[in-house]
Amino acid sequence: MPEQPVRLGTDKLTAMYGKFTAVKNVTLTFANNSVNALIGPSGCGKSTFLRTLNRMHELSEGGWITGKVLLDGQDVYHSGVSAMQLRRRVGMVFQKPTPFPTMSIYDNVAAGLRLDGRPRRGEQDEIVERSLKQAALWDEVKDRLRTSAVALSGGQQQRLCIARSIAPRPEVLLLDEPTASLDPAGTSRIEELVFELKQAFTIVIVTHNMQQAARVSDTTTFFYMGSMIETGPTRQLFTTPKQEQTEAYITGRFG
Amino acid sequence: MNRRVLRRLVSNLMVGLMVVAVILAVLPLMFILINLILKGASSLSVEFFTKTPVPAGETGGGVVHAIVGTLMIVGLASVFGLPLGIGAGIYCAEYPASRLSTAARFVADVMNGTPSIVVGVFAWTWIVARQKHFSALAGSVALAMLMIPMVMRTTEELIKLVPHSLREAALALGYPRWRTSLSIVLRTALPGIVTGSLLAVARVAGETAPLLFTALGSQYLSFNIREPMAALPLTVFTYATGPYEEWHRYAWATALVLILVVFVLSIAARIATRRRFNVNA
Repeated sequence: MPEQPVRLGTDKLTAMYGKFTAVKNVTLTFANNSVNALIGPSGCGKSTFLRTLNRMHELSEGGWITGKVLLDGQDVYHSGVSAMQLRRRVGMVFQKPTPFPTMSIYDNVAAGLRLDGRPRRGEQDEIVERSLKQAALWDEVKDRLRTSAVALSGGQQQRLCIARSIAPRPEVLLLDEPTASLDPAGTSRIEELVFELKQAFTIVIVTHNMQQAARVSDTTTFFYMGSMIETGPTRQLFTTPKQEQTEAYITGRFG
Repeated sequence: MNRRVLRRLVSNLMVGLMVVAVILAVLPLMFILINLILKGASSLSVEFFTKTPVPAGETGGGVVHAIVGTLMIVGLASVFGLPLGIGAGIYCAEYPASRLSTAARFVADVMNGTPSIVVGVFAWTWIVARQKHFSALAGSVALAMLMIPMVMRTTEELIKLVPHSLREAALALGYPRWRTSLSIVLRTALPGIVTGSLLAVARVAGETAPLLFTALGSQYLSFNIREPMAALPLTVFTYATGPYEEWHRYAWATALVLILVVFVLSIAARIATRRRFNVNA
């Protein structure tokens, strides 16, 4: 793979909940159009780290950070940057599917588009169709776009949430254990999708499943006790880890 | 085998007890309704819904003045009470730990347990005694004060039932907080809030005590909220305590009308919210 420019990175990032340190001093970069997995045992800080990238962490009780998060070289915590604008550039998909229950499938996908004034009808139709196609859901829902989104299966709901996140054309897509509540078939759909989406977005994915990290990602970063232990190309990290803790974790000796 | 028989027996016994409990709970309600229909329905006529009362001794006349009065007093109370109650409920759900919401919650709980006659006396002291005349407006204020704590607490509880993950999903899309609260959280809780508001409206529609000191009651059809005005519960009270046999029958019929008004209101609100849900669903 040719070397891609850096899209997103952190510089000595520390994330706190009140006085508790969840992420310690992490400096990491994510290249353009790459899939980057964050792995580690529960409570290691990988989800908190992910949530600092689109400033969702600061909404948690007592959440604050030191250090920098750089999107295209610009510090997203700079006082002139609006968190709302940032989140339109850095989309996020959560562990459990979260379709808006009062909205139709169509309105769910269009939900993020209406924030900067309502787009023209035809334009909005195009974006909704394109996003659902990119999320590999179009064929299953194209005849019932006006029906309730909660009638879909769990896997379909999760792909709908992905479609909703990518509709406003973010640059980065953050996935927080997106397959944790899905069955194996749903999981493999999402994994294929991640591979496709990398053409258009820079992806950071938190996962508990090491096989998943190995299957979908270009780079993998191992977190433990709030620290970044090791980062590198996925193949290298899984075959020849440099740190003992990494090796112990990926071979299943702890965590 | 013996155990299995015993288990089935206990199970059936428990189900039986619960059925008895349900019947006992519903029986008085059914009895009231049947009694109302038996004693009141015979006096109902088109005239009863369209005419004002005739002098005692004459037959005929109706309670249109009280129907209009109840709709106006309760409608005005809803205009004051629902936005305030729902707004306060949203605040308490959005800022659950703030001092203001802790205080508001406490006051609302106390208010919910306060007898309605106390609220009536309060409205009398602050509005009727100062203006030196009874008015429908004072009645509406009293009823609104009864509605606010009920609506506030239900709204808060229903908003809290909306999963936190939905709020996060909206914020992660770049929604500002106010928009997340209104177009995602509040909209998800809306059907429940409508039901809760309706219960509050229905409850105050049947209140008599606070109106005795405020709206007072009247024999005439009036649309002036600054004047005394009739209301269905007041009319029931007047007719039921009156000396004439005719009046007693009218009291039953008026009570039946009151129940019908509440019934029509709830059905209308349900249809209104269901339609809203279907447009988007």
